[in-house]
Amino acid sequence: MNSVSTLIVDDSSVMRKIIERLLRQAGLELEHVYEAGNGVEALGVLKENKVDLILCDINMPVMNGLEFIKQLPEVENGKGVPVVMITTEGSESHVVQALSCGAKGYIRKPFTPEQVKENVLTLLAGKT
Amino acid sequence: MKSANELLASRNNNHQSWTPLMELATKEVFELMLSAELKPASDDDHSPFDITAMVGLAGQLCGVLTIRCSRETAAQMASKMLGSQPAADSQDVKDAFGEVGNMIAGNFKNKISGLGDACMLSVPTVITGTDYSVHSLADSDGLELRQLFEGSPFLVTLEIHS
Repeated sequence: MNSVSTLIVDDSSVMRKIIERLLRQAGLELEHVYEAGNGVEALGVLKENKVDLILCDINMPVMNGLEFIKQLPEVENGKGVPVVMITTEGSESHVVQALSCGAKGYIRKPFTPEQVKENVLTLLAGKT
Repeated sequence: MKSANELLASRNNNHQSWTPLMELATKEVFELMLSAELKPASDDDHSPFDITAMVGLAGQLCGVLTIRCSRETAAQMASKMLGSQPAADSQDVKDAFGEVGNMIAGNFKNKISGLGDACMLSVPTVITGTDYSVHSLADSDGLELRQLFEGSPFLVTLEIHS
């Protein structure tokens, strides 16, 4: 698999580090890893940078993950980028809401490394 | 799995029946995110706890979930989550400890059918030190779970408001 650039959006810096580590463990060669602590910061990152994949929390201050993915198509580098939600919000309606907003994958915290690997690799395989 | 209606109907009853759900929620977080198997701690163990993470719940179930332990234990938790050893007083330790509380609260509410949508979580707040008092508006007996993480005790409590 070619190297990919990713954006990890979570208000916990520890969770961002864990997700990055799991992406590397999944065998991804990460060209760039961009980080953001909320949706507004993430939109700012995408104004300047192109990414192949976004992993995003839902409950965050300033702008939550659902609002972020609604606004994603309005940012030039956001169109068509697959998003996987990684969140403690595990209800069926949250999943439906996230998918209807454009998310392509949904992982509930706590999660296993295998869940991250499976979601991400499936998405990236479908993209190429 | 209990429904939200059953939950609400039993609001004024003894909430201790929810303890197994909180225990399972806590166990899963430690097994999946920290690769750690928990053991029950003795009620007699009153080790000093000097770090606290609090997560608020609002909606059909209102309350505060709190996790407390020593800063050394919290640093060990962060180490297991990160795969590296952060400094005991680093921001990473506080962040990781808050995230543990957040995941326990989320996992607990997701185990109660119908509550996932009807109950929102706050972002975690982490307090260090011991010289503070919490004055809760809880109006019923809370839940308390005392466990051992790699031999060190920690305490999870859920205080419930009407």
